[in-house]
Amino acid sequence: MNVPAELKYTASHEWVRSESDGTISTGITDHAQQALGDLVFIELPAVGRALKAGEACAVVESVKAASDVYAPVAGVVLAVNDAVVAAPEKVNADAYGNWLYRLKPAAAADAAKLLDAAGYIAAVGES
Amino acid sequence: MLKQTPLHAIHRAAGARMVDFGGWDMPVHYGSQIEEHHAVRRAAGMFDVSHMLAIDIEPREIAGGESGVRDFLRFALANNVDKLTVPGKALYSCLLRPDGGVLDDLIVYFLREDWFRLVVNAGTADKDLAWLGALVAERAPGLKLIPRRDLAMIAVQGPRARELVWAVLPEARAATESLKPFNAVLIGDHLIARTGYTGEDGFEIMLPAVGAVEFWQALVAAGVKACGLGARDTLRLEAGMNLYGQDMDEAVNPLESGLAWTVDMTSPRDFVGKTALTAAHPVRQLAALVLQDQGGILRSHQLVRTSHGDGEVTSGSYSPTLSRSIALARLPGGSAPGDIVQVEVRGKPLAARVVKPPFVRHGKSLID
Repeated sequence: MNVPAELKYTASHEWVRSESDGTISTGITDHAQQALGDLVFIELPAVGRALKAGEACAVVESVKAASDVYAPVAGVVLAVNDAVVAAPEKVNADAYGNWLYRLKPAAAADAAKLLDAAGYIAAVGES
Repeated sequence: MLKQTPLHAIHRAAGARMVDFGGWDMPVHYGSQIEEHHAVRRAAGMFDVSHMLAIDIEPREIAGGESGVRDFLRFALANNVDKLTVPGKALYSCLLRPDGGVLDDLIVYFLREDWFRLVVNAGTADKDLAWLGALVAERAPGLKLIPRRDLAMIAVQGPRARELVWAVLPEARAATESLKPFNAVLIGDHLIARTGYTGEDGFEIMLPAVGAVEFWQALVAAGVKACGLGARDTLRLEAGMNLYGQDMDEAVNPLESGLAWTVDMTSPRDFVGKTALTAAHPVRQLAALVLQDQGGILRSHQLVRTSHGDGEVTSGSYSPTLSRSIALARLPGGSAPGDIVQVEVRGKPLAARVVKPPFVRHGKSLID
């Protein structure tokens, strides 16, 4: 399974990267894109929207199914990646190279509490 | 325990993502469903459809001549097997309940006067066998039903499908080159039919299960792309073809399922469901939709609001050929091509246009 060690994860299949400026980038894991199959539609939250941790805030749809994407931590949406909205297949090609949106976390320490790679692999194994 | 086709090990070895389809462990795709879809529209792809069941209907005793098989099928099927005048001719039909509900849809092949073959859906095969068995016992005890689980079925579809089949089966070329659509020919122990479920040209081939792996591998070597049931579903939807269990089932009749053309009401023969259909007053129709707005993908069970009342999406997906979402939907009578309707997609109303199916035929969009 492709689970980079430098990222953090949620059990709901989001990845999180802490950037040097204190913001975080987030997307869906390679396992998630594989399970969904060819992605054909992505809807992202509005810039400026305040998200609660675990709140459904984006949608990814493949040919076969729609799936909610959840906020990994509480925060405010700083930016969304229009490139994946225009070409959802980019996420199939490289799930970690194509973030969905960026957040300013409400609490700087929250991201560190998410699953590490080993924890995510274990969570996938149980589901 | 899921059932496995004779090609199961090949699918697993090819890295297919497998799903439970009607109790069978079947490939949904081998990597990219959309690439497989395009392969069929642009060149050639193939599907393992061995989960479908061939049922041969023959007399118990060797009869010759009028064996009773045709007479039985005149009564059992909603379409009229008297349209099958030449051996090898195939016909699409519904199998109905007495109340007009659709038990299954199938293809019937006329092979000889004492040998017809039905090909039925996987998920309904046991139900169909029980239903037909009871009907035979009541109406035609001199006949027998022979489920042909000894056969594999491979559908090779696309503009290059026939030439690539001929590359693998050169001995079949002479007999199948002039074969017209919806006709089949027996060549040795292969039944080769110019039929399909994709809106493209091609063959569906029934052959002994023992030879299936070798045949499949030869087709791969010839350049036919292995395709899963995911692409089969988007291809049939673009072709405007119904899927049993989604677009029609026992709760609806064919007149409300876009299948009136498959029911022969004009001949004097009686058939199961005829009385109910004669008395029926269809108030719903199956229609085709193209999503106009951005904002999601049409899916089964979404609510459709029209100026004539509410309806429901029965099959919806993304059309790889049109790069937009399309659907079949059961709408109130009165809706017509050109109407704009509103579909509830994840809580939001999105505009869709009613169009005349099919959406795609022989690789070309039929939607402006």
